[in-house]
Amino acid sequence: MIKFQNITKIYNHNTTAVDDVSFEIDGKEFVSIVGRSGAGKTTLLKLLLAEEKPTRGKIFLDNQNVHKIKPEELPRLRRRIGVIFQDYRLLSSKNVYENVAYVLEVIGASDLEISRDVPQVLEIVELADKAQNFSKELSGGERQRVAIARALIPRPEIILADEPTGNLDPYHTREVMNLLSRINEMGTTIILATHNKEVINNLGKRVITLEKGRLVRDDEKGRFIL
Amino acid sequence: MLVALKRIIHSGWLSFRRQTALSFATVSIMMMAIFLITSLFLLQGMTKFLIADLQDKVDISVYFKKDSSEEDILRVKAELSENPEIKNVAYVSREEALEKFIERHKEDQILIESLAEVGENPLLASLNIKAWQASQYTAISIFLEKGPYQELIEKVDYYRNKEVIGRIFEISSNINLAGIIFSLILGFIAIVVAFNTTRLAIYNSREEISIMRLVGASSWFVRGPFIVQGVIVGVIATLLTVLVFTIGVFFFSSRIDLFIPGFSLFGYFKAHFFTLLFIQLATGVGLGVISSWIAVRKYLKV
Repeated sequence: MIKFQNITKIYNHNTTAVDDVSFEIDGKEFVSIVGRSGAGKTTLLKLLLAEEKPTRGKIFLDNQNVHKIKPEELPRLRRRIGVIFQDYRLLSSKNVYENVAYVLEVIGASDLEISRDVPQVLEIVELADKAQNFSKELSGGERQRVAIARALIPRPEIILADEPTGNLDPYHTREVMNLLSRINEMGTTIILATHNKEVINNLGKRVITLEKGRLVRDDEKGRFIL
Repeated sequence: MLVALKRIIHSGWLSFRRQTALSFATVSIMMMAIFLITSLFLLQGMTKFLIADLQDKVDISVYFKKDSSEEDILRVKAELSENPEIKNVAYVSREEALEKFIERHKEDQILIESLAEVGENPLLASLNIKAWQASQYTAISIFLEKGPYQELIEKVDYYRNKEVIGRIFEISSNINLAGIIFSLILGFIAIVVAFNTTRLAIYNSREEISIMRLVGASSWFVRGPFIVQGVIVGVIATLLTVLVFTIGVFFFSSRIDLFIPGFSLFGYFKAHFFTLLFIQLATGVGLGVISSWIAVRKYLKV
């Protein structure tokens, strides 16, 4: 379903973020990408989302090179992918409810669907009582849960989760991981980038390990080894 | 499609309402731009009136010999009237000339007495000719002095006034040109200021624009609310400026009348109200929409 083919990304001043990385992810898989900070995890996710262009190599989603997609076709690709950004990236001018509703508006969901689904998802991430708050009024953990709600609500085919538990307490970390596992069981492909050892070891799923931008290990039912 | 449009409009309105300080800033800057353009429009009206008034005072007079019959003079008048370069021709008979002379000098006893002494009307019948352009007066006087009617004509008082006539037309065309240049410069400044204010406002939202793109919003879905905001700013700024001008013009009209007798600013404002409203709306909404469009486009490349 997703294919990274000899991907290299060099930023200005010859900083190599990703160095000749190749791997494939099948549909409905749950893959974790682990590595220290700066190992290139986030860069890989940005490249898949076509937020950045690779210096070399190709990324295919269903045999379509994502960097050859015309700008006007790009929204269609991105609507297939739900992203939990490491830095949340909430819309600061919109409240919690509107942030989550926005992605449904983008895909053209009806008002009825929006007013039905948004409260449900906010209930799941335990933010129903914060629906009218703006992101600057939320704690880091709450913002992270809004980001999670926003990524889940359009029921995307793929979820990219970049450190989704980075700001969560152990209780919420467990809840979020259970949620991602359940969604994966229902057929959604999940790509999780994290450096949380415990999370990885509890999952018992495929683990890709990056070190200084290079892929050093790719294990089925892997563990966090660095 | 309709649902998307409804959401875009709603979102634009919501952002306008929530960002109170920013909206206030953009509306007031836009008001200044519209205010300036409206002022220039009214100033242009005043200048035109002044120039027309000034040019209207310029004419040349042809005096006919005492023995010329009124019939002949009217024939000359008819022929001159057909000339497209001539604005109008007015006939002043000997009797009318005398009446005007007496009326004008009724205070001057000595002059009136000496007139009585002469016994008969010493004044000549004349035609007052007004041309559209100062440059045409030379041709008209040559035609009168050298043409078929030269036998009837005593004199043409053009050469005496030639310089003054030239100067008046020169000054009025200079005023007109200066007005146009002044308007263009000020209009340009107003547009640049309003445009950059909108750009700065949208610069604030560049992060939001990229997030919207990353969650799959189409360019239109991102751009739409900003354009709606531009329209709202333009409409509100226009309405407020119209209000300010209606009140201002109503109260100041009588004072303007003291400077420019015969010109009613309020009358001019009323007569051109809808043209003005159209110009104001076009300025406000046009500027709002175009500057939002351009400013957002830059950040859409995500």
